[in-house]
Amino acid sequence: MLRESLEGKRIAITGATGFLGTALTERLLRSVPGCEVALLIRPGRRGARDRARRDVLRNSCFDRLRAETDGGFDELVSRRLHVMAGDVSVDGLGLDEDGKALLASCDVVIHSAATVSFDSALDSAVEINLLGPTRVARTLLDLHAGRSGAGRLPHLISISTAYVAGSRRGRAPEAALSDTPWSTELAWRPEVEAARRARSEQDARSRETKMLSEFARRARRELGAAGTPLLSARAEKLREEWVQDQMVALGKARARGLGWPDAYAYTKALGERALLEERGSLPLSIVRPSIIEAALSEPRPGWIRGFRMADPVIISYAKGLLKEFPGVPEGVIDVIPVDLVVACIVAVAARGPLAVPDVLHCASGSRNPLRYRQLVDLVREWFQANPVADSSDQPITVPEWSFPGRQRVARQLERAGRTLESAERALQALPLRGKRAELSARLEERHAEVDRALSYVELYGAYTETEAIFSVERLIELYETLPETDRRDFCFDPAVLEWRSYCQDVYLPSVVSHARVRLVGASHRSERSATLSREERGRRAVLSKSRQLAVFDLENTLIASNVVESYSWLATRHESGTDRVRFVARTLREAPRLLAADRADRSDFLRHFYRRYEGARLDQLQADAWEMFSDLVITKSFPAGIRRVREHRQAGHKTLLITGALDVMVEPLRPLFDEIVCARLTRNGSVLTGELEDAPPTGEARALIMADYASANGIDLAEAVAYADSASDLPMLEAAGHPVAVNPETKLAAIARRRGWHVEHWPRSPGGPRPLLPIGPLP
Amino acid sequence: MTRPGFVLEVDRSTPPILTWHGEGFRLESLPAGRSRVIYPPEPLESLKDPDATIRRALESPLGDSKPLRELLFPGMRLTIAFDDISLPLPPMRRPDNRQRVIEAVLDIAAAAGVDDVVLICALALHRRMTESELRHAVGDRVYDSFAPIGRLLQHDAEDPAGLVHIGVTEHGEDVEINRRAAESDLIVYVNINLVAMDGGHKSVATGLASYRSLRHHHNVRTMRHSRSFMDPEHSALHSSNWRMGRLLAASGVKIFQIETTLNNDAFPPQMAFLQKREWEWNPRDRASYAASTRGLSLLTPRLARSLFQSIKAPHAMTSVQAGEVEAVHAETTRMVHRQQLVEVQGQTDVAIFGLPHICPYNVNSIMNPILVMCMGLGYLFNLYRGRPIVREGGVAILSHPTPWAFHPVHHPSYIDFFEEVLSETTDPVAIENTYEERYATDEWYRHLYRTGHAYHGVHPFYMWYWGAHALEHLGRVIIVGGDRKAVRRLGFSPASTLADALEMASDVVGDEPTISHFHCPPIMIADVK
Repeated sequence: MLRESLEGKRIAITGATGFLGTALTERLLRSVPGCEVALLIRPGRRGARDRARRDVLRNSCFDRLRAETDGGFDELVSRRLHVMAGDVSVDGLGLDEDGKALLASCDVVIHSAATVSFDSALDSAVEINLLGPTRVARTLLDLHAGRSGAGRLPHLISISTAYVAGSRRGRAPEAALSDTPWSTELAWRPEVEAARRARSEQDARSRETKMLSEFARRARRELGAAGTPLLSARAEKLREEWVQDQMVALGKARARGLGWPDAYAYTKALGERALLEERGSLPLSIVRPSIIEAALSEPRPGWIRGFRMADPVIISYAKGLLKEFPGVPEGVIDVIPVDLVVACIVAVAARGPLAVPDVLHCASGSRNPLRYRQLVDLVREWFQANPVADSSDQPITVPEWSFPGRQRVARQLERAGRTLESAERALQALPLRGKRAELSARLEERHAEVDRALSYVELYGAYTETEAIFSVERLIELYETLPETDRRDFCFDPAVLEWRSYCQDVYLPSVVSHARVRLVGASHRSERSATLSREERGRRAVLSKSRQLAVFDLENTLIASNVVESYSWLATRHESGTDRVRFVARTLREAPRLLAADRADRSDFLRHFYRRYEGARLDQLQADAWEMFSDLVITKSFPAGIRRVREHRQAGHKTLLITGALDVMVEPLRPLFDEIVCARLTRNGSVLTGELEDAPPTGEARALIMADYASANGIDLAEAVAYADSASDLPMLEAAGHPVAVNPETKLAAIARRRGWHVEHWPRSPGGPRPLLPIGPLP
Repeated sequence: MTRPGFVLEVDRSTPPILTWHGEGFRLESLPAGRSRVIYPPEPLESLKDPDATIRRALESPLGDSKPLRELLFPGMRLTIAFDDISLPLPPMRRPDNRQRVIEAVLDIAAAAGVDDVVLICALALHRRMTESELRHAVGDRVYDSFAPIGRLLQHDAEDPAGLVHIGVTEHGEDVEINRRAAESDLIVYVNINLVAMDGGHKSVATGLASYRSLRHHHNVRTMRHSRSFMDPEHSALHSSNWRMGRLLAASGVKIFQIETTLNNDAFPPQMAFLQKREWEWNPRDRASYAASTRGLSLLTPRLARSLFQSIKAPHAMTSVQAGEVEAVHAETTRMVHRQQLVEVQGQTDVAIFGLPHICPYNVNSIMNPILVMCMGLGYLFNLYRGRPIVREGGVAILSHPTPWAFHPVHHPSYIDFFEEVLSETTDPVAIENTYEERYATDEWYRHLYRTGHAYHGVHPFYMWYWGAHALEHLGRVIIVGGDRKAVRRLGFSPASTLADALEMASDVVGDEPTISHFHCPPIMIADVK
């Protein structure tokens, strides 16, 4: 009967790229063969149609339909699926003429577009969740205004959330909020105005001098001497993030203040209110699901899209990170599988609108409650049987939950966060490299995990503590009107849920595979032998034949030495015993100052330092440099690094060395590279002046040098590999298609880890000589 | 009269035997009734007046050569070539044999009014020597008169302008040597003949040759047919060098060969116990053994290494031969054998080789795992005449810490060979066919060899070929006390103690195997009957 009612109908869907929207689209195409589907999709770079193909149809949700149509999938799609470009955050939905015509021809419009992230900024939540439904309604009214009769007006099904009821105890009825006795009376228009104003106010605040210098300071602390363009870009990014954070905080505060758990529920609630006010004669139904989770059986058990609300919490718990999660043990966790919600919406669409807008809850809490304690036991039991593996393949033991109050958990996590932060700061201040710098990066990641856990507690704590029971009488009423076949094919009665099997056979395996968490013993070995390690993959990627250029930094990337050491070596080369000692003592005394100067601004440091070569004889320096090549450069080189340069050449890539070292010093390295860009001192006859010919190749200059070299040689920078060790090389690393951090110092280690860059740890020759001081050999 | 070499049958009263272990040594007990220890002869008496003997030898040459004095004339080009740092081992105290001989030659040349004299260190594909190493070899006086004016050179086997192709032997072997030497009116070659392999036609044909020429005898086939390369009579390596040497002579390249031999006094008096027979140790020897093992255990490997590398041997000259190459070398070989031959009856199932801290290629450097292989299976295994001391299919047990350590300046291609080649295969033939050419012609290695102090890119391959005969002959190779990962990379089995190693060996050669302990250094040649 359900299929028959929808025969020949055209159904529009907004939010098809979302979890619910994708499932809905698939179900209509697969299970209701007589209908057509029109998707309203915000166009991506390559248009709405392309986005529909990439973001909707390619999802594993459609695997079943693909298999069942046996090669006819494309035909089915081109026949029954239409796409219109549009955006629910714009008045009139931003439709073109074709889009308008298509939307006007729809019999049912299902509005499921929303920003579901629980920590969205106040203003964007307002634009999408609050104003979105109203915009859809108004557009439909406008489209039909000129045409004959309201009878042709489509049926709008607006997807809301059960949590519009707010943080309160007791039964929440399936009724418009205005009809519920204890609902907050709140005018929505002023809320919209206030949210929009808040954005411009926060933006203005972020531009105050004090704030701007704070952002600049933070950018510098994060990136070090990375050069002006990168630092200013980072500072601006920090400013934007700050404004965003303020808006998120405002949204949370406003929502909590008015009795909703978060900005999502609050804007959704006002959205319902606005829609009811503005819908005019438009036939309307509202479906309010609770927490939508993995599919029970359609299109396949466990199908899920994106990271759902509870998933990160569960993964954090399984990893032993989240030791406790607040909640009332006997509280009800209202979870509903996505296919039940989809079935409910299809049923509402098939039934058609009622005379007055009706509201349906799609929730399990009142009919088949899942208690918090029960959920925790099921989760714990499952992870005890299927523990997650840590990095050394040992099982992680899941902690016992004690159902603490939210405040206590939050306090614990905050404390952990603070400890980690100070440890992190201490490490950041140390001049660490390579594996030790990795430690700091790991610490940072751990810190980020704790932060995330804290945000879950703040965000979802309200949900686990909620004691509202969403009644489902009208839902069941609708269900009972369905004939037996429809009940079987489009079941949405929450009573069918077996919590144990849903949780342990469907939901948790799906969450675990979705989060790419490795379980102990889970086909780990075969995986390792069949697939390459991450390092090996990175290595192959940079050495792939399609790369064209490899750019190397020298100091601490290919050799564990620097300009100060080479100067010291050369200066002592022809000194006698006592002078050598005196020189070494002086250099050691100066070392910290030199190091600090180098860190602050490499270019200034080099200019300043190279003055010391004033008056040096070029021929002497050239002769000594060849000796230094063996005694210092190769002795302190990273053999694996040098091998890598050679591997690039073998693969046919151009190799380019960019270094702040002097030309005479790097001359012996010439056979390794196609080109060397280095510092040169001006000469007065055969004597050096101590002044640089050009700006030294450091910081952002390196990115330019690399780009110039690439364009001069017809090389695509996307095919360039850049190797460097420090954050001051960020401009170059960012400009290259394949950045590689070599023995990175702390800041770069953190950045590389965050961005997933390939990292190499190149040691000096094992067991090789380790000269204590960089001094020339005794004559 | 010094005592000859000696084979001790181990019985229950035999004390534990000193076994070298890199920068250190251990006392190991051997199973009684089926083990034997092979001891070298004691050091021969040295020449009373080496300089006078040298002068005499130059005046009364062997073979059909005229005295050196008569070969020199004003306006001639004279090239004096000499052995590099790989000889002797350990490096000898000053004055080095080379210094003595070169000074004597230069005196005669000066008297004859020869101005155009160039000294060339015959490196072959070895690393260039440093200033202090050259000074040690030729002496300060020679160094200061020749080096500053560019007349003390080191052979460059990769300098296209500095090489000349002399011809091809009847076996199709290219002979390409140093141009200055080839185009001189006379080459005087100054040898230190530590082992029977050195000297003869090999001096010029190998020491002053290029890769193009060397590859004809430095390859797996030749090494497998040299049994052993320490026995010139049965060495394909030497046959090839002799063919080349004869071609050189036929082409008009004049060589005046000077060979010197040393006694095997390898260690200074405070380490005398290292070359004594254990049951003859006096309290002082026992005390020095205890003190040195205790002291070494307190040192880091790096410090221990520099300590051992600083050892200068009290080696003393035992003979000088000069004149025509083959006649000189025959006499030299006789002298070497007099010092080193030890008669050994039959083969055993197992041979134990304690590897010392030094081999020809890690003087002032690091004995990397590839050199450990070469020292054990190339050098020590091949120190035999007749048959190897271990039977075919038997087991060699090497004792060495085998650290995963490399000298980045001296052995750059070794590092890559270890990482890239040995991780794929340890089969000498496969290695030769797949990788040799790439390493041999690599620009970067060539650059490092020519301008730095690196062994040639192909050198680690030769080290591997040096062991090819042993790898073919042996059933298993076990390294005691080595870095497990490094030992496995070499394709050998690691064992933590000698007892474990012997247990492992019995899997291959059966229970109660017979055992030879090769008590070297000092160097000796087992004359296996």
